[in-house]
Amino acid sequence: MPVNSAFRHIGARNGRPLSLASRLFLAIGLILLTGGIIVTAAALAYGHQAARNAFDRLLVGAANQISASISIVEGDPLVDLPVTALELLALAPEDRIAYRVIDPQGVTLTGYDDLALPPTDTDLSFFDGTFAGDPVRLVAVRRHFAERGFSGTVTTIVAHTTIARQALAWDIARNAWMMLAVAGIGMVALAVFSIRSALVPLKRIGQDLLARDPKDLTPLDIAVPRELRAIVDAINRFITRLHRQIDGMQNLISDSAHQLRTPISALRAQAQLAAEEQDPHRQSEIVSKILTRSVGLSRLTDQMLNRALVIHRGDSAAHKRIDLRRVAMAAAEVFDDGAIFEAGRLHLDLCETPAWVAGDALSLQEAVKNLISNALQHGAGRVTIAVLCQGGQAVLTVHDQGKGMTAEQAHLLGQRFLSADQHRTSGTGIGLSIAHAVAHAHGATMAVDIASNTGFTISLTIPLLHEERAT
Amino acid sequence: MNRIVSALFVAMMACTACLAQEDSAVFGLPTATETLVVRSTTDIGVFAPVMLDFLASRPNLAIAYEQWGSNDLATLAASHCAAGSGSADLVISSAVDLQVQLVNNGCAVAHRSPATDALPAARNWRNEIFGITEEPAVLIYNTQLVAPDEVPLSRFDLIDLLRPADSRFVGRVATYDIEASGLGYLFAFMDSLQANTFGRLLEAFGRSGAVATCCSAELIDAVADGRYLIAYNVLGSYALARADEDPRIGVRAPSDYALVLSRAALIPKHAKNVGAAGGFIDFLLSSAGQTALSEARLVVRIGGADGADFDLPGGGPSSLRPIALSPILLAGMDQHKRRIFLDQWRQNLRQK
Repeated sequence: MPVNSAFRHIGARNGRPLSLASRLFLAIGLILLTGGIIVTAAALAYGHQAARNAFDRLLVGAANQISASISIVEGDPLVDLPVTALELLALAPEDRIAYRVIDPQGVTLTGYDDLALPPTDTDLSFFDGTFAGDPVRLVAVRRHFAERGFSGTVTTIVAHTTIARQALAWDIARNAWMMLAVAGIGMVALAVFSIRSALVPLKRIGQDLLARDPKDLTPLDIAVPRELRAIVDAINRFITRLHRQIDGMQNLISDSAHQLRTPISALRAQAQLAAEEQDPHRQSEIVSKILTRSVGLSRLTDQMLNRALVIHRGDSAAHKRIDLRRVAMAAAEVFDDGAIFEAGRLHLDLCETPAWVAGDALSLQEAVKNLISNALQHGAGRVTIAVLCQGGQAVLTVHDQGKGMTAEQAHLLGQRFLSADQHRTSGTGIGLSIAHAVAHAHGATMAVDIASNTGFTISLTIPLLHEERAT
Repeated sequence: MNRIVSALFVAMMACTACLAQEDSAVFGLPTATETLVVRSTTDIGVFAPVMLDFLASRPNLAIAYEQWGSNDLATLAASHCAAGSGSADLVISSAVDLQVQLVNNGCAVAHRSPATDALPAARNWRNEIFGITEEPAVLIYNTQLVAPDEVPLSRFDLIDLLRPADSRFVGRVATYDIEASGLGYLFAFMDSLQANTFGRLLEAFGRSGAVATCCSAELIDAVADGRYLIAYNVLGSYALARADEDPRIGVRAPSDYALVLSRAALIPKHAKNVGAAGGFIDFLLSSAGQTALSEARLVVRIGGADGADFDLPGGGPSSLRPIALSPILLAGMDQHKRRIFLDQWRQNLRQK
């Protein structure tokens, strides 16, 4: 809209956007200005019309009086000009007047013989003309005589200048204009009031945010008008995201502290032991233990960082259209040491059609990798990775033939640390917690099937993209 | 004042070039650089003191004053209006109907000042025509031949006076011949617009053999001589001026109503010295101007108030009927209307 761009232009000149109040005043000003022009034009037109109607009646009244005063005396029309006709015309006090009475042959009987004749041949006609240099309004009235000695039509023309008409027209226009001015002042007052009251909730939001404890990251709980609900919702979503990221960071810090401190002190103790050990054989045994512990520590660090990464991506990475089968394959490939598939230890069972979902490929791969890794480490027998498409859902399952987890463990699913062996540093519940976080970020559900006797199945169920569901 | 009068260059010259011009004079110092041309129906002698008062404070201005008959003045002004040249700077006439017609025909220019704004509506139309005097139409009587208790107070008294067949007033009441006198016609026409006294008065005039005669001076002379006992509708300014000198003349304003004429001044469309003309109008309307006009008997104060020129017995200001400067006056000048009115008049009055 041009109005909007005008606002922007004016705002840009000052280097900052216009205040709401200025915008509203500008808008009201523009409305009043255009309204004023339209109303003035309309009122003038109406005023002219009204004045014309009113004074035309005066004219025709005077003309009828003069016409009625005509009598036939000795075969000739005689005009006994009534003074009241002129008094009627003198009601427009500043206007000059003229009249003319014409016999059927067009000869002027009395009055101003230079007064214009009517353009039409009707018994009553109004027309415009000039009289002694000034514009006049004229009326012509015809009277038909059929008397002994005289028959024919006598025309009476009456004219007056237009001063009173113009004055009345302007008067009407001015009154309309005054009304508009009063309405305008009223509108401005109302606008000021409504701007003030509309800005009160915004002020309340600002005050609430300012009054908060720095650590308070709970959503805003303020009653605001429907129009401002969107802003409050956006602020709340932002607070939630901030909250999650700060949580993630805090978790990373506390996990690191908690998980890394013990293995690192153990490593240090063993390294010290190795340094003090005189016996080369025993020393190499200790070094080998150090190596094993280092590998575990390294994996732990990896996973912890991965988890932080995954949680971060869950909030920030844009979701793309991806095929869940490719995710499964890519995750399985990581474990391919050249023999694992051939040995039948790992098995892929994928549906034939693509399973399109919206998601972040990297996060999903990480989740699936963790599930596979858990199955390989803690499960038993053959590990099967399957992708199914059913009822608008894509389901990725990881199945092993071990005994799985207990119901209590399943209940704690998704918490950060969960492991069959609480003392082991290499095996981690971090994996499950990563998978859980990823599932959450994708609007997916993670479920375990511990009831089955045939092994343990953990599944991720993600909604298929809408257009895929239709096919 | 005396100094200026002594320095006056007053030229009186008989008019030969123009048929209708009655008289003319120039007022002002010979050194005056500006001239105001005034054409008027008022006698030079009556109006001169007023002009001298005006010129007293304007040494650079002279007034060329021409005295005209009212019909000729109107004809002249109309022809100047049409021709676009030859106009006077100011036209003052007692024939207010003709003056209003000039304004209605677009032959005048507007002049607006606090003085004109203060005028009542009846004495200002369109800011183009201004009533500068107040002159009632009065009854005059011969003080030696008419007993004080016989003098009619109103038109009703006059009608009653004429009613008896053996009344000594039969044939000895006169009024203007309205066919010859524009002013007489105007007064008679205005009378015809007031109530229905006029019809009865005309009837009484007809029955009693009242006489119509031309002109104020003749009427007043005839009353003074005793040829007529009473004259009706005489211009009060002339009557009072004569009564001041001649004790045989008595003046009375009818108490039922008294017409008041305001001599009308207008600035013609093609006037050259509009500024001075406006200044003169403003002076005439100012208290100094009105005092001067009052001394010239052109502003007559009627009623019981102090300083009144004569009583209006039984009547108050409400019985004064100013002749309004308005287009209504055009009705009397309509050809047919005039013909009808004069026919009615002739049927009742005999001319002499």
